[in-house]
Amino acid sequence: MSLDQFEGGEGAGSQAGHPMVIDAVEGDVPAATIAPAPLGHRLRRAGPAVLAFVLVIAAWEGLTRAFRVETFILPRPSLIIERFLATSDVIWSAGLNTFIEAAVGLVAGTTLGVIVAFATVRWVPVREGLMPFAVAANSVPIIAMAPIANGMFSLTSPVPKMVVAAVVVFFPVMINTARGLLEVDPDELELMRSYAASQREIMRRVRIPHSLPYFFSAMKVVAVLSIIAAIVAEYFGGSQDVLGQYILTKASLFVYADAWAGILVASLMGVALYGLVLVTERLVMPWHVSFRSAEAS
Amino acid sequence: MSDLVVEARNLAKVFGRGANQVEALRDISLRVAPGEFVSLIGPSGCGKSTLLRLIGDLTAPTSGSLTVNGKPARQARIDRDYGIVFQKSTLLDWRTVTKNVELPLEIMHIDQRSDRAAEMLDLVQLGDFGGHYPWQLSGGMQQRVAIARALAFRPSLLLMDEPFGALDEMTRELMQQELLRIWHETETTVVFVTHSIPEAVLLSDHVVVMSPRPGKISDIIETGLPHPRDEDTRESQQYYDKITEVREALRQERPA
Ligand SMILES: Nc1ncnc2c1ncn2[C@@H]1O[C@H](COP(=O)(O)OP(=O)(O)O)[C@@H](O)[C@H]1O
Ligand SMILES: [Mg+2]
Repeated sequence: MSLDQFEGGEGAGSQAGHPMVIDAVEGDVPAATIAPAPLGHRLRRAGPAVLAFVLVIAAWEGLTRAFRVETFILPRPSLIIERFLATSDVIWSAGLNTFIEAAVGLVAGTTLGVIVAFATVRWVPVREGLMPFAVAANSVPIIAMAPIANGMFSLTSPVPKMVVAAVVVFFPVMINTARGLLEVDPDELELMRSYAASQREIMRRVRIPHSLPYFFSAMKVVAVLSIIAAIVAEYFGGSQDVLGQYILTKASLFVYADAWAGILVASLMGVALYGLVLVTERLVMPWHVSFRSAEAS
Repeated sequence: MSDLVVEARNLAKVFGRGANQVEALRDISLRVAPGEFVSLIGPSGCGKSTLLRLIGDLTAPTSGSLTVNGKPARQARIDRDYGIVFQKSTLLDWRTVTKNVELPLEIMHIDQRSDRAAEMLDLVQLGDFGGHYPWQLSGGMQQRVAIARALAFRPSLLLMDEPFGALDEMTRELMQQELLRIWHETETTVVFVTHSIPEAVLLSDHVVVMSPRPGKISDIIETGLPHPRDEDTRESQQYYDKITEVREALRQERPA
């Protein structure tokens, strides 16, 4: 059969009176715009958060001055900034080394996690044998293995820190991505079957897009976890030119404002990685971002 | 060699085994001719969806024979002979309306996808909504996108499983009118599952009345209502008579 013969055949339809009414009846649904919210709008939405941040810092500064809080308890923000600027050479050099460890761990753990997640879809034994183990492993504080990992490699090597970060990153990425790939609506799979679609097509057009929100929600967590993992691993020894050792040394020498400056660097790196994930998410899943902004409005 | 679109003979379907065994369908024989609109009606659990899924080769029969377009159901599925619409629209959230309609075309490597999608969206009166995402549409509009998607690759058979079941009464009536118009324009054969008696009568050439435990066909009623069917049809005596006839057929099958 062919539709061609009906093109321009509008005249035949005696039902032509009704269709437009449908939209009127259903007009209660707002046709939200797909374009992202305008910049001014978004800045205004960020307003309360920025204000709260400024207020907290101001209160911190004011209270530590008013009550003459000792630096070893809590240094005032202005002093931390002062030390941050004064020691910037050293802390940024340490920060870079820590960042490299965290980033290598993040990339390696994510890559492995995604590969294993795909394997759980492809091979049932992997799914049934590995998933329960992975879920259990994910609820264990893996970071506790940091001192052991250090012993596996030469003491000054950055590799054990990367390994710890990778292991910490692996489980959430693998579990979340596997769930996103597997927990597809059965109706969607049935639809694909009705098209006689290959497993490859189903993976590409249904499973992978469905898994992206799961993947990115894991990435937002592990981006920061990778930096935490690298710093905690550094506390157990190794090269001195890293943030963990810098913070540890300054704290043991009672130079707390310097230690806090190190923590500030770690925080900035965490925020930067988190922001990178957010930007990537927006580029990869514009549909999902628009979904959320419409819900929020 | 018959030219029937669907021919089922002594079809049976049993789910599970042992104590959990459910006899969903027994001794189903059904013939659907090209261009026909056939409804399956019956109480919940009588096997309507199962029968539709057998025709679509989404599940396999336990015994009996079933051909679609003269081929085994499996071959018909592989040849993409039918499009299907479920109660849920099952649109992919991450695709725009146009991209959802293009989905089967991509999988089937059919060219001129955007032209086809535009044509289909015009057919379901959603020409202006191609760039929207599914969540921006109402339930009725989503279901029309699902119909456009099912027809996009021009299958000869359209399978529909309670497609308007989740819609309010007003929208439902408008959608029935739309479906009749689309059916006229495309000459597609339709097998339509519903549990609404007026809906079955208004839309169909034949209403297949089913009864449960085990699911079987108890009656096949020819409606014989003139085309095109519109508001006047809904108010005609013949329409009411047929509704009564189907209702009585359903009641007779109810266990005492
Ligand atoms: N996948 C399945 N596994 C086991 N039983 C099923 C399955 N699908 C349907 N059934 C059973 O088959 C019978 C008919 O179901 P169904 O075809 O969905 O009925 P209907 O669509 O008419 O409501 C019901 O008793 C149902 O519980
Ligand atoms: Mg059903």
